Amino acid sequence: MSFDKLLLALVFIPLGTALVAVMLPPARRRWAVLLGSLAWPCFLVPLSIAVAREQTLTLVFGGWSPPLGIGWRLDALALVVLWVHALVGIAALPGAWQRFKPEETESGPFWSLWLILATGVNLATLAADLFNLYVALELTTLAAVALIATDDGIAALSAAMRYLLLAVLGSLMYVLGVGLVYAQTGSLAMHQPGLVELNNVALVLMLTGLMVKAAIFPLHVWLPHAYSNAPGPVAAIMSAVVGKVALVALWRIWFETAVDPPTLLTNLLGLIGAGAIVYGALAAYLQPRLKMVIAYSSISQFGFLLLLLPLACQQAFQGAGFHLLAHGLAKAAMFLAAANIVTVLGSDSIRHLPGLDKRMPLEAFTLALAGVTLIGLPPSGGFTGKWMLLSAAWETGGWFWLVLIVLSGLMSAAYVFRILALTCFHPARRAVHHLHPKPPAITSLAALMLALLAVVIGLYPHPVLDLLGSGVLMDGGVRLQSGVPGAGP
Amino acid sequence: MTSAIFVLVAAAIFGLGVHGLLVSAHIMRKLLALNLMLSALFLLLIVVPASIDGHPDPVPQALVLTGIVIAVSTTAFALALMVRLFRKQGHATIHPDLDPALLGRKHGRRTAPEAEGERAP
Repeated sequence: MSFDKLLLALVFIPLGTALVAVMLPPARRRWAVLLGSLAWPCFLVPLSIAVAREQTLTLVFGGWSPPLGIGWRLDALALVVLWVHALVGIAALPGAWQRFKPEETESGPFWSLWLILATGVNLATLAADLFNLYVALELTTLAAVALIATDDGIAALSAAMRYLLLAVLGSLMYVLGVGLVYAQTGSLAMHQPGLVELNNVALVLMLTGLMVKAAIFPLHVWLPHAYSNAPGPVAAIMSAVVGKVALVALWRIWFETAVDPPTLLTNLLGLIGAGAIVYGALAAYLQPRLKMVIAYSSISQFGFLLLLLPLACQQAFQGAGFHLLAHGLAKAAMFLAAANIVTVLGSDSIRHLPGLDKRMPLEAFTLALAGVTLIGLPPSGGFTGKWMLLSAAWETGGWFWLVLIVLSGLMSAAYVFRILALTCFHPARRAVHHLHPKPPAITSLAALMLALLAVVIGLYPHPVLDLLGSGVLMDGGVRLQSGVPGAGP
Repeated sequence: MTSAIFVLVAAAIFGLGVHGLLVSAHIMRKLLALNLMLSALFLLLIVVPASIDGHPDPVPQALVLTGIVIAVSTTAFALALMVRLFRKQGHATIHPDLDPALLGRKHGRRTAPEAEGERAP
């Protein structure tokens, strides 16, 4: 039996279950969704074995070859994204189970949307041509917007609306770029075999569109409010994969589709990444709400993923892929813990945090542990990712990036320790909290598991690194293996 | 030659859309502007690659058809969201500052009780 048919399960199990769940009565809906959410990750195990052996799996539907047909492709990078998605999706289930009970009206649409989001994310990860990527990203965005709107407060609805308008604008720019690429090359395949040099206008349009969707500074305006007002499980999955999917697509277009992007653009994107890192960290330090701190920290950490473009060597690719994995797990853990804190305190204003370590030790520990990964302290997963990026910068002689990565650790430490110091050492820590009942322990444990996992992968990084190293972004490998590209501005 | 006219028209419509999107505050107008931009985009997608060998190229037409479906469903969804926002806050514009504390409610339905003797750190 060939493994490539298993790719179908990654998309059609969530999609089918979502459609079935719509028809079920509300009481049974979440059971169906639970089954679906647990079923598709099972297929990742054989697929991982297959990718480790064959590096890429491809599937073309019904004998129609692209561009009219639909092609899927699974490689090491896509596999990493899918694993983050699977793990975070499962860990977010207890929180969602607790919040979206069948007797609550707002839970009606949630469960189906949850799986439609999963469908969109998996589809976008597997997409092998530019237009299917657009369709998949639109599906993801629409599901994500609807999921944010399940909170039903004015803040969440406004944030959802702003996200939707900007995301549509972003995808519009992206499609415009795709149209120009088709007009120029007559092909939509992401993995261009013909090595046609892309029109810079098309490239910039596609990149800008994807950067809006991935919330890369300075196109991030929708992100902080969308993440911080979304229900906890939604914020977790969004920060872990929804933005990353667009960013991975950006990597693919940069390295696979655009054969020789201009150096000016490379350095510009690197500088944008640097700006994101600094701005996100500073803004995170100044936020008055815990979830806003976590949201702005996402902007900062996304910046690292953009540093792959100027560094552009195998080590940088491994580092960036690993950072994507570690950050996804840690950030989702933080959002899940923050959701529990909001449930108990009724607010996530950091003024309410002092003394929380006594009342909610698991949540405080999760925040601290995930913070270790965000800062990049050894032996966490965040350390491994940043270390690989650092050594890549060292080897390519990109001193600017080297200093930036080192400094960014300090800046991340500033906002993580601000939260931790407030929680554990503030003099007002005996403040009397008016407490709502605590959510069941499994929701706290799920968040803790994610945070632990983010540290454990730092202790045993080799399976992931080997996988990423064997299947470097493009198997043509024209640009990544040909020595030293742009070495900093 | 004719294709140049179509491209210019598309660019003009697109520009109108950008203007509308940036200038108007009402969500409905913003959505109209976005749809205008999408129309310009579809026009461009059909016109630009059409001139290969004198035959119409089927691929962009298939793409535009898919794009139209996506545009219609996105617009429908956005309108539904707008109506819900309107029912909640009484006007269909996005509040410039989304901080829920300033909107008079803290995180959805729950309100934070202010603890006695608590100091702002």
